[in-house]
Amino acid sequence: MSELVLGFEAVRLQLGGRSVLQGVDLVLFAGEILGLLGANGAGKTSLLRIATGVLAPDDGAVRLFGRPVGEFSRAELARRIALVPQRSEVPFPYPAAEIVRMGRAPHLGLLGFESREDVAIAERAMEEVGIRELAGRSILELSGGEQQLVAIARGLVQATPILLLDEPTAFLDLRHRVHVLRLVRGLARAGRAVLVVSHDLGLAARFCDRLALLSGGHVLAAGSPAEVLTPSHLAAAFGIEATVLRAPDGTPIVLPEGDARGREPRTPELAPPQR
Amino acid sequence: MSAASPLSPGRLALVLLLLLALLLFSGTLALIAGPAWLPPREVLRILLGGSASSGAPAADIVLRIRLPRLLLGGIVGASLSVSGVLFQALLRNPLADPFVLGVSGGAALGGILVLGFGGALGLGYAAVPPAAFLGSIATALLLFAVAGGRGRLSSTSLLLTGVVFNAIASAAIVFVASLSGLSEGTSIFLWLIGSLSAPRESATLLVALFLLAGLAFVWPQARRLDLLALGEESAAQLGVDVERVKRILLAATSLMVGAAVSVSGLIGFVGLIIPHLLRLLVGPDHRLLVPASALGGAVFLILCDTAARTLLAGGELPVGAITALAGGPLFLFLLRRQVGRNLLP
Repeated sequence: MSELVLGFEAVRLQLGGRSVLQGVDLVLFAGEILGLLGANGAGKTSLLRIATGVLAPDDGAVRLFGRPVGEFSRAELARRIALVPQRSEVPFPYPAAEIVRMGRAPHLGLLGFESREDVAIAERAMEEVGIRELAGRSILELSGGEQQLVAIARGLVQATPILLLDEPTAFLDLRHRVHVLRLVRGLARAGRAVLVVSHDLGLAARFCDRLALLSGGHVLAAGSPAEVLTPSHLAAAFGIEATVLRAPDGTPIVLPEGDARGREPRTPELAPPQR
Repeated sequence: MSAASPLSPGRLALVLLLLLALLLFSGTLALIAGPAWLPPREVLRILLGGSASSGAPAADIVLRIRLPRLLLGGIVGASLSVSGVLFQALLRNPLADPFVLGVSGGAALGGILVLGFGGALGLGYAAVPPAAFLGSIATALLLFAVAGGRGRLSSTSLLLTGVVFNAIASAAIVFVASLSGLSEGTSIFLWLIGSLSAPRESATLLVALFLLAGLAFVWPQARRLDLLALGEESAAQLGVDVERVKRILLAATSLMVGAAVSVSGLIGFVGLIIPHLLRLLVGPDHRLLVPASALGGAVFLILCDTAARTLLAGGELPVGAITALAGGPLFLFLLRRQVGRNLLP
């Protein structure tokens, strides 16, 4: 059994008077990719923010390597857990390479200058993510997808045993989605623990070892993709009807019901045309 | 050296040395130029062998009039420029500037209150800088409270709040000045537009101390200012104690702005022009931008003040009029570009 690196126990959270999390239990192990699914507003991002210590839960415990998150200093947390946010808006024209190098901040000495090794780590990450040609371009001039790749590279160079990704592929095309998830796969194989929030059920089923479905403030289901992605779970979490097919290797494929081609469209009753 | 290469101590030293050379040049120019132009060689001789030539009119002009004013201009320019950088980092907005935000106005109001009514309470001129400091920190805190909320303030709410703060501060300054009889003469006018025409040695020393203290606190935080640009939560996740850094920035800017305003009045836009120019020239890296802004702001205000003293034959302009004429249009240009990028509101 792999090492348990991050654990949520009965975590409760209220935000703006709304009860977002109502007793969430979730564990993350070294070497695995855990996909966190759920409807908009289900509390996925809140859970990631709680894990990094920037948001304190109202109740429950969050443990990092067995110790409560609150016992770590900010600098200690930054060397253990990295978060790639959904979107960040940078107000100044930093070159993309500089943004990536900022990920080395938790490892820098007092003067705050990157060593040759820090620079090499950042360059390697840009290479791996496939954004080396963006290095000198201002972050203000990059597209949403390019900015997302820069943020992912920044998360990689932080070189933490735990990596949290908040919808890392939302702005990416399919080729880049697959590329990023393969990269993350490699990190997990090398022993890192990865928690990824996603709305792409297909890719989540393909690349995650386990999935957890957040709904109504609880973890509705957690387990293998086949265990979690069932029509009844999808109906409860997203309020949709869906058929779940199987790929030849057993990976579930979610097919939402709808007015698909080849089926009689359900048109509302129309008033008869007036003469 | 491509834009992608990291900041090295060598590059830092090179840029700062170039700016230092520029500072020496502008300082020399400020000593030479004026209603009476002095030959460079004579200025040099006066500076090097002060005693031999003291008593001569040229020596008096250089040592008693131009040099104190040059020093004050450099220190005030550096303070305002660094404050601009810090406000921009703190508020994550390149349009932030102590003058535009009304923080300078708050400092001026604090200073004027002491000048107008302090005498009755037994407060002398020495109480002006602390009062200006209190005025600037109160305004900055109010700015956060009114326009604040979490995360990045929108440019619109920031600028509107600044406009209103400035209007209130100017009105209150005129009000206080009228009540206390300060409005006689031009001193109130010089406060409102900003001028370096009355340097006091003790004041120059005080502003210099505040500037050095501010830089000593802030420069070691420079990399954290870069991380703050990623957003407060991202900075926290990269190990920054955000609240602590914000407190340091707020204290440093309030000290520097308060001190600068208490000796020179409302000199505007220095904190907008210089950081913007330097970001274009050397990039936004705060490890370089903070010290470069100090030197650049000093060069800029010394040159502006030299122009203020020489442009008008037989008289002088307040230096604040020159910085505002240069900075106002630049501000509009930056605002226009933000609108173009859809960064507003």
